[in-house]
Amino acid sequence: MTILVSMIQQAIHFGAVFLYGSTGETIVEKSGHLNLGMPGIMCLGGVGGCLGAYWAFQGGWSTFWVVLLAVIMAMAFGGLGGLLYGLFTITLRCNQNVTGLTLTTFGAGVLGFWGTQMGDKGITFAPASRMFWTPVDSTANWFSQIFLSHGPLVYLAIAIAIVVAVYMNHTRKGLALRAVGENPAAADAAGINVIAHKYVSCVLGAAIAGIGGAFYLLDCTQGSLEYVIDAMGWLAVALVIFSLWRPGIGIFGAFIFGFLYRLPYNITGVALAEKELLKVIPYAVTALVLIIISFFNKRETQPPAALGLPYFREDR
Amino acid sequence: MTKQKHAKEPLMHLTRRLNFSPKYAWAIRIGAFVLSILVCAIVTTILSPKANVGFFFRYLFTGTFGTTRLIWALFRDLAILLLLALAVTPCFKMRYWNIGGEGQALMGCLGAAVIVSQLYGKMATPLVLIIALVVAIGFGAVWAVIPALFKAKWNTNETLLTLMFNYIAGCLGAFFVKKADPNTTGSLSFLDSIGNAGNIGSNQFILIIIIATVITTLMAVYLKYSKHGYEITVVGESPNTARYVGIHNKKVIIRTLVLCGVLCGIVGFMMVCFKDHSFKAESATDTTVGGLGFTAVLISWLAHFNPLAMVLTSFLVVFITRGAKNVGDYARLGANYPSMMVGIFFFFIIATEFFINFKISFRQKGELPKEPDDLIKSSEETADKTRAQSADAAAATPASATEA
Amino acid sequence: MEKNLAIEMVGITKAFGTKVVANKNVSMDLREGEILSLLGENGSGKTTLMNMIAGIYTPDSGKIYVRGEEVVIKSPIDAYSHHIGMIHQHFKLVDLFTAADNVILGEKFDNVEKNEGRADNGAARFGRRIAFEWLRRNRVRELQKIVDQYGFGIDLKRKIYDMSVSEKQTVEIIKALYRGADILILDEPTAVLTPQEIDKLFAVLRKMRDEGKSIIIITHKLNEVMAISDRVAVLRKGEHIATVDTATTNEKELTDMMVGQKMDLNIEREMPQNPKPRLFINDMTVVNKEGRTMVDGVSFEINGGEILGIAGISGNGQKELLEGIAGLQPMAKGEVIFHNPKENKPVTFFHNDLKQIKAKAEAGMFHYPDGQRVVLKGMRDKDIVELVNKEQILYYEDEIINLKDRTPREIQELGIKLSFVPEDRLNMGLVGNMSIVDNMMLRSYRKGKSIFVNRKRPKQLADEIIQDLEVVTPSDMTPVRRLSGGNVQKVLVGREIASSPKVLMAAYPVRGLDINSSYTIYNLLNAQKKKNVAVLFVGEDLDVLMALCDRILVLCGGKVSGIVDARNITKEEIGLLMTKVPDDVQKYDYDNAKEGESND
Repeated sequence: MTILVSMIQQAIHFGAVFLYGSTGETIVEKSGHLNLGMPGIMCLGGVGGCLGAYWAFQGGWSTFWVVLLAVIMAMAFGGLGGLLYGLFTITLRCNQNVTGLTLTTFGAGVLGFWGTQMGDKGITFAPASRMFWTPVDSTANWFSQIFLSHGPLVYLAIAIAIVVAVYMNHTRKGLALRAVGENPAAADAAGINVIAHKYVSCVLGAAIAGIGGAFYLLDCTQGSLEYVIDAMGWLAVALVIFSLWRPGIGIFGAFIFGFLYRLPYNITGVALAEKELLKVIPYAVTALVLIIISFFNKRETQPPAALGLPYFREDR
Repeated sequence: MTKQKHAKEPLMHLTRRLNFSPKYAWAIRIGAFVLSILVCAIVTTILSPKANVGFFFRYLFTGTFGTTRLIWALFRDLAILLLLALAVTPCFKMRYWNIGGEGQALMGCLGAAVIVSQLYGKMATPLVLIIALVVAIGFGAVWAVIPALFKAKWNTNETLLTLMFNYIAGCLGAFFVKKADPNTTGSLSFLDSIGNAGNIGSNQFILIIIIATVITTLMAVYLKYSKHGYEITVVGESPNTARYVGIHNKKVIIRTLVLCGVLCGIVGFMMVCFKDHSFKAESATDTTVGGLGFTAVLISWLAHFNPLAMVLTSFLVVFITRGAKNVGDYARLGANYPSMMVGIFFFFIIATEFFINFKISFRQKGELPKEPDDLIKSSEETADKTRAQSADAAAATPASATEA
Repeated sequence: MEKNLAIEMVGITKAFGTKVVANKNVSMDLREGEILSLLGENGSGKTTLMNMIAGIYTPDSGKIYVRGEEVVIKSPIDAYSHHIGMIHQHFKLVDLFTAADNVILGEKFDNVEKNEGRADNGAARFGRRIAFEWLRRNRVRELQKIVDQYGFGIDLKRKIYDMSVSEKQTVEIIKALYRGADILILDEPTAVLTPQEIDKLFAVLRKMRDEGKSIIIITHKLNEVMAISDRVAVLRKGEHIATVDTATTNEKELTDMMVGQKMDLNIEREMPQNPKPRLFINDMTVVNKEGRTMVDGVSFEINGGEILGIAGISGNGQKELLEGIAGLQPMAKGEVIFHNPKENKPVTFFHNDLKQIKAKAEAGMFHYPDGQRVVLKGMRDKDIVELVNKEQILYYEDEIINLKDRTPREIQELGIKLSFVPEDRLNMGLVGNMSIVDNMMLRSYRKGKSIFVNRKRPKQLADEIIQDLEVVTPSDMTPVRRLSGGNVQKVLVGREIASSPKVLMAAYPVRGLDINSSYTIYNLLNAQKKKNVAVLFVGEDLDVLMALCDRILVLCGGKVSGIVDARNITKEEIGLLMTKVPDDVQKYDYDNAKEGESND
């Protein structure tokens, strides 16, 4: 029982990383851009978030302001990555896959580089990260362990996903955004500013994913920069497919992913090697989902129709 | 009145370049390369108090051409990267976005590693190596063909599926490493067993380079002059026309992906047996292949899928990577500094595609854009043709792919 | 008293590149509350001109006045702000959305604010903004008013991908109306509609006009011009020729204005020489991917040495019929029987090996030149080979081959020379990014055992075609997508004819071509007919069909509604057949024609 409670608690905890990433990536993909630079953007967000938290913490700010500054800085750094991606794929109409992969290389490089520099200077983020997480009180009842023992950013992730889901499906702007990803020419003809929508979603999506990177470094790893974020980033990209491009489903998908991701660490009586094998599950399940949706070929579950295609008005 | 009207019009106007001279394209690319190196130098001087521009260039070049051994190593790395890029090129020509070269090569590595670790000492070493090669090829091919089957059968999105397959391969690799040696940190060393495999005399580099040269030539001929290569182009450019002339699209897709997988398998084998003499798979993303599969995608694309141009692009990438590593080492910038520099370099080169494919004209009265080729176009057709080009753009292939 | 002008264009010029001038100094106007037809051939710049009003292109020079005010229309949004809405030929709809969502897509808040014009404090405005942003599904009710007002019978909650072409068009019109457009531009709205749907559309357009809307309808069909419009503006080669009142003109005058010279409609046509059935289509049924039956129990035969026209409103099974014959679409039912003209022709090793020849001789298929039956039993292989090579073994009858369930490649490998010019040539038939030479070898590259392609023959062929058909191209290495439509078509037809086919199928081969190129194509088809080829010609222009073809098969809803003698039929009769399958389907062929004569 306690194991299960702890596993669910961790599922939600780590799931929030994927949730940030997938919510961000969903927004980007809904505008017709497959951003394979998400891992890099999450790395950049991690850098921004750590910097923000560190400065605010050094300045002796209260918890609220530390968290807020970290979030803002993470969004700014992630958003800058998204802006760069947007500049290349929207304005310069470069290949999205190629740009995304480059951004991943670059972002991971920046995080790694900056991490070593910080390490050399003896700067650690563990103290600042204390503002983001609280130790789980194992004496509390299961409900508060599972749902109430998280840092603020977990709830923020869920809130953002819900807001994005509502925005996407129930507002005119969301309708316009989906139209841009489905058929940019039609959206253009309807008077929607396609380029602006693409930019906004690329930057906003990247900013949200950026929080995910910061959250991972400051909360999940408790301020350690030793861990790589890009693996989390790829899982977030996978989660978008798993959730069929719906942020609402993404919330539950994220928790399933979080559960699966932590499974090898929680399960006992399994050899080290088999634990490695367990890590395959999220990817394998996503591959399966991809195959299944292509098999049923239902219009509503397909990727956005214009995903990956550059839009140039004169091409009509 | 006229003035006012023109002021209201968009200042800049983008048009798709229908024809461009290769000279112009290469001038732009070389310019971008030089610019990217300069930017790298400037960034480095900002990042490190030790480095100035002179420092950067000195160590950039000593890191790549400093000693004979370094030059050999440079060309060896080039050969490996080039082979990976060649492997994925037919897929891209077919508009099949296989970004799974990483996983396919890793499966090749895994196949070789399994055989070497299990069979070494039980039979003659050459035999072990041959079996390792065969198994590596088999693993690579299977890994490439599975997504292709789904693509052919149900049109499953291959970009996303091959991406997932990369990580599944990584997990399988990590599983094997831990299984073979539970105490390892994530790497199996074969230095003691096959440490000399791949050496010709005392030269451990030349074999890989020779193999790469041969395969590059073969691939260039294959794509340009063989019937298979022709079919690949037709299927990529127009699947309907392929159907119309009786080309079996699915068969071509699968055949091409087998070829890709085989090449990836060979590269994987060479990485394990000839280059590293080890197999690493710490996690799904930290492996022997180490992102080269992704870099190969960039190289192939930047070279417009032309095998000979790929020699140049992969040289530049290896040059920057190795050079930057040297600069980083001397300036104490850490292990990740080279990836930053490579990222900057790629951004510049990717951006050149825009200036090659598009023309920006600034509105000026009475000056119309000059396009000699428009001579043969009639107005209403423009729409048709641009539609055809948007199909190009759809696969984001540079328009010159076939001419290059 | 002159009506007010809705739109006035003065001296509009638009060029693509230096040489191609799509519109040259065009000045024309649209009055309020009228229907204006914009008439012109393909390529005369009609669509380009209208796109400049709709904000898709900006003119290089010239002025546009809307209701007397000079405006610059930079985008479709600008156009809507001037109450101009354009319904494009290719619908700009998001397939995945419902009709209602498509209509409200991109709607601006300003409009609502202006319309409502209520209390104006900040909070109220913010509240309205939120209410507006929220996708209220009951917005459908407001749209329903428009639907009812004009009598569009359409369910706004359905998804676009479920809809027929005419329903999609209706959605586009509702969209324009909902956006407050009172100047409507329709780009060839009738091209994809059935006659009933056209009547319905015209009724709606008249109703709109009566309510004060101004409408421009782009078309190249004269009968529609006469039926619907108040005035006609004629464009020719990008220039405005004249605008005339429909009541004071006639079709002939308009044709003259449109083409500029007296059109020699007399396409050369000879009686088919000794027509013999070449291809039998028996009870063919083709079901498309969506499960709709596109070809429904079609039976007919094509003779060698004739041109069989296929008429019908587009989308009535023409494409599927041709692709079914060519092996590109699976047939649900029926068969295609090919009669290879072998009677009294020598057998060769080209299509048969020794074993096959022996088997066929056993079956009694061959005779000697003197008429005696060939018996190969007991003969030495060497002697048989010699006999064949000396062309001493001849077929008794035509070879009969069933093409059902055969792929294009199998058909080709059987030695059946079936050429096919598909309608969307850069999508199927040619590869736009490949050079003319490489496109030449699409059909033939497989020949030979070598693993390499041989570009020598294709290059010769390309050069021959470029010279013979006067293809305008910088070189034979030019990618075909850079050629103009007419030249692309010449390349394709040239290649298809080069294989000396026995059956030639051409779908809309002159679509989008100027008159000269069209005549080149007609001549090529006629030359094939003379070579005893069975030619199948799918066309949309009834005049051309009636002037070029020997017989015309009319398709309606995937069924044959008649096969008629092209020499003795009126447009009206064909038009009737296109819209309705009669109870008693007449099938004309040359034999029953003679019978008919003798009966008289």
